Order: sequence, then structure tokens, then C-alpha cells
Amino acid sequence: MQADIPGNHVRLAADEPLRLDCGVELGPVTVAYRTYGTLNAERSNAILVCHALTGDQFVAETHPVTGKPGWWDLLVGPGKVLDTERYFIVCSNVLGGCMGTTGPMSPDPETGEPYGLDFPVITVSDMVNLQALLLDRLGIDQLFCVIGGSMGGMQVLEWAVRYPERVFAAVPIAAAARHSSQNIAFNEVGRQAIMADPDWCHGDYLRQGSMPTRGLAVARMAAHITYLSDSALHRKFGRRLQGRDALSFGFDADFQVESYLRHQGSSFVERFDANSYLYITRAMDYFDIASEHDGVLARAFSGTSVRFCLFSFTSDWLFPTIESREVVRALNAVAANVSFVEVETDKGHDAFLLDEPEFATTLRGFLDGAGQHRGLAGP
Amino acid sequence: MTDGAARSGAPAPAIRRDLQIIADMIGPGSRVLDIGCGDGALLYHLVNFKDVDARGIELSQDGVNSCVSRGLSVIQGDADKDLADYPPAAFDYAVLSQTLQATRAPRDLLAQLLRIATRVVVSFTNFGQLGIRWRLAWEGRMPVIGGAAERWYDTENIHLCTIRDFQELCQDLDVVVERAVSLDLSGRARAIARFGPFANLRSRQGIFLLRRQDAPAA
Repeated sequence: MQADIPGNHVRLAADEPLRLDCGVELGPVTVAYRTYGTLNAERSNAILVCHALTGDQFVAETHPVTGKPGWWDLLVGPGKVLDTERYFIVCSNVLGGCMGTTGPMSPDPETGEPYGLDFPVITVSDMVNLQALLLDRLGIDQLFCVIGGSMGGMQVLEWAVRYPERVFAAVPIAAAARHSSQNIAFNEVGRQAIMADPDWCHGDYLRQGSMPTRGLAVARMAAHITYLSDSALHRKFGRRLQGRDALSFGFDADFQVESYLRHQGSSFVERFDANSYLYITRAMDYFDIASEHDGVLARAFSGTSVRFCLFSFTSDWLFPTIESREVVRALNAVAANVSFVEVETDKGHDAFLLDEPEFATTLRGFLDGAGQHRGLAGP
Repeated sequence: MTDGAARSGAPAPAIRRDLQIIADMIGPGSRVLDIGCGDGALLYHLVNFKDVDARGIELSQDGVNSCVSRGLSVIQGDADKDLADYPPAAFDYAVLSQTLQATRAPRDLLAQLLRIATRVVVSFTNFGQLGIRWRLAWEGRMPVIGGAAERWYDTENIHLCTIRDFQELCQDLDVVVERAVSLDLSGRARAIARFGPFANLRSRQGIFLLRRQDAPAA
């Protein structure tokens, strides 16, 4: 599924390999990315969009594999909040991904065969370092803004900590400065589901000609529940039955919610690689900004000139408001320029991908305000 | 830092009288934290017409969202709890506008503000004003002032003070009162000192600019 992904591809880290947190040197690395809009003459209007665990670079266009609209079509486009007539939007598939950027399904240059589990374990900061190389190549010294939700928000925080001079404004959405124990636990369930599938073949399924689709689908089903909320599930499905009038007294998908989850699982495996899922969830688990700063989160941000705007959603129990508030407190401790908005919604973690007018309005206001300070032309 | 509105030379649109007095106390280009910033009217004015690096804390999420959507840097937070996070002397001014009487621990709060900012601007309703005394003394009714409240049990005010009370607190806290302004019953602003003994009777609001003893005078 990788070779024929349309869009932009660039070979990076060819002369000097990317030094990963695990100690391995990786290179050259292919990065698949998309851009929307035009970089202005001052090169000051670039926004880097960071995608979440199962997202990719197709932010605002029909997805080449699924045929569905881009995952942030609601927010990115001409006249929209991330206005492509005003900003130059860049989004790249993360390191370890499966939409064209080097990952476990890419060929290992030493063997010519897919890496599989020989791919090194990666971290969020490895992903960000690779994005920095992409920006070098695109000639962007400083981003006007780096924005993303969930794992995308982790990348945003990592950007602000690692490259503060290259970030004017940062918008971490429904994110956290570290992955919680509960979230590591959920990821582990997903990984175990994949690894329990005999078709996974200890990670060697591509060479063995099999696909751990059942394991990956179960991983997706479990994760998908965490992206919603009890009330959203109840509102959407209740206890309604699927295509029948009575209980079957069997294990078919009696309930609409079961049928929905099965569909989520089976459609996911069409577009996602099981090993990528293992690697990227691991990167999230390892994420803990404070750990590199003596356990004190505020130290990671000391002296920062980045303008922050954090968002959380009331019904998000995967990255609850308290996680964002921790980051806000750390930023206050260094008197950073920070805004924080909690949006009232019952749509759970996935709310950042959905139509949330209050979220869109406040985000637009923040970007306009930041744009004014950056000297960008008004909308 | 660019400032489109100020640079264009357009006159600042009118803001509430007490907010204008506060804005006049704040030096241009300074760092300001507005505690209980509401819908951000003061912050917006300071950012756009005084080139101030302004932040806000607001308890109501509606207020926060409306501030952020106007491009202001505001977080949701509680004045009584969240100020402890800030480092000392992080701001040139902290502003407490019409908020003091709604806080749980006004004295502690003022001490916190004097820790994180060199100067503190406080505006508050003077519960020593004539009308309130009259209402209590002759009608036997509690004052209902501020916000949309119509009954005593709906107001947010839990720590009421008069100008005399506040002056005493300033002495206790050993702060320099750089300016003390009264908005009188007809809405005129005057230095409290010029009222003489009647300030406490005739002021609707007190607006004080305080400075820490160890901070240099302007």
C-alpha cells in the first residue's frame, strides 16, 4: 500500500543520518508530505499540522486510499480557520508511519526486504526532528504556528520545547505532556491484540504474505471506544439493534454499536499497517517531556517566547482537561504567553476532528491575534 | 511587537469609565496580568492601544472563550488558587478589577499579586457609600451590587469592604499607595485625598495603584 501513495516525497538525512533517541542512526529517510496554500515572500506564514496516531498527511483533500474527505477538511481550506489563502499549510506523515514516510513496512536498505521488527523504536522527538529536516528542505526557518491534536499535540509540545526559536505560536489540542498510565494500558491492549494474531508472524507478515487484519481490527475497535464518550455512544447508538427486531441469542452483531465498531475495525485495516501501529503507539507511551528536565515540566519551557493556546474537551477521558491544565500550570510558572480553552462537548477525544463551533471560533481568534503580532496580513 | 490599531493612529474607542482610569495607570509596553478579566474589554484596550503584553485569568469559561476568540491570551483559572503558579515579579502590573469582593481570601490574594507583580491596580465597589448606608440603616436591606444579581443571595460578593477598610489593609500589607482615585456618585473621577473626610461617603468605587515597598518609584 506504500509505493503508490500520491503527493510529495522527499529523501532526507541522506548525508547525515537521523540520530534516534534509541541510539540507532537512520538514513536516508523518505518523508511523504502535502502542502496547501503559498509560502509568502518573508517565509513567515507556514503552519505545520501534526497528525494523530492513525492520521496522515492528507489533511484537506480526498484521501487516496479511502476516498474520504481529508481528516481536517472542516478546518483547513480557503477561508477556513486554517485559511489556505493566508497560510502555507504543511503536513507530513510521521516517522514510522505507513503513508509513504519511512516506517516498518519500508524496505531495509541492507536487505531490500521490509524492516518489520528490525525497524528501530522511535519517539515523538524523533518524529519532530525529522519534521525539522523537512522544514529545512522547504526553506522554512520559523513556523508561524505548529498545531495538532492528540499525538499531534504531543508533537506540538515537543516542537515548542526542542525548537522554541523555530515556533512563533503553538496549539496543542487534546494532548498531554506525558502519556498517562491508563493510555499506556490501552495501547498495550491494542498491541497485544495485533501480536496475538497468528497472521502477524512475529512482525514478518509482509514477507510471509499474510496480514494480521483481525488483530489490528480489534486494536482499532478498542482504541476507538476511547476516542468517544459514554454519552456520545449512547446518543448515537443507545441499545438499538442492528438490522433485526429481536436479540439473536448468539454472537452476531446484535447491537448497532457492535456493528459500528466492527466496521471501524475492518475499514481501518485497509489503510493502516499493523507494525506501524505498534511503533507509533510505543512512541506515544515513551512521551514524557518532564523526564528530560529533572521531572519538572516548567523547566522544559523556561524562557520560552512561544505563544501557546491549549484546547481540551470536557468529555475527553483519554486526554482529559487536567492534562492540559498541567501544561498550563507549567507555562504559568515561567510566565509564558498562554491561552487555554476548555470546550464543552459530549463528543469525547475525537471532538477536535469534528464540527465544534466554539473550538473553531476561539482557534480562529487566537490565530488572528498571533498573526497580528507576527505581522501577517489580516484575513 | 506590532500593534495594528495603535499604529494606524485611530483613537481608542471608549471603554467603561473605571476601566479607562485603570488603563491610564498602566505604563505603555508593560507586562500586565488581569485577574478576573471578564470579556477582556480592558485587556483588548491595553493590547491594542497601549502596546501592552497582556494576559488574563478568568473564572468563567464563556469569558475565557470570548477573550481568546478576540486574540487575547487568557486562561481559565481561579484567582484564589492559581496565582501561586506564577514566578515572582513576572509582571509589571497585576489588575484586580471589580473582583476583590468576590474572592475567598482577599488579603492573601493581594499578597500574591504583590509577589508576582511590581504594581497592583485594584478597583472595588465602596460599600461605605451613602446610598448603601442609607439602604442598610433606614430600610434594613443589604446592598445588592455588581453583576446581574437582583437579590442578596444571588450576588458573588462575599468580602465587602469600604475605602477606609481598604486603606487600612494597604497599611497592614505595608504597600505604597501611588494613586488612590474615587469614582464619585455622579461618575466623576477625583483623587481620594481631595475629598477629605467624605471620600468614604461619596465614592461609588475606589481605584488604587499600589507598589511594593522594595520596588523603585516610577
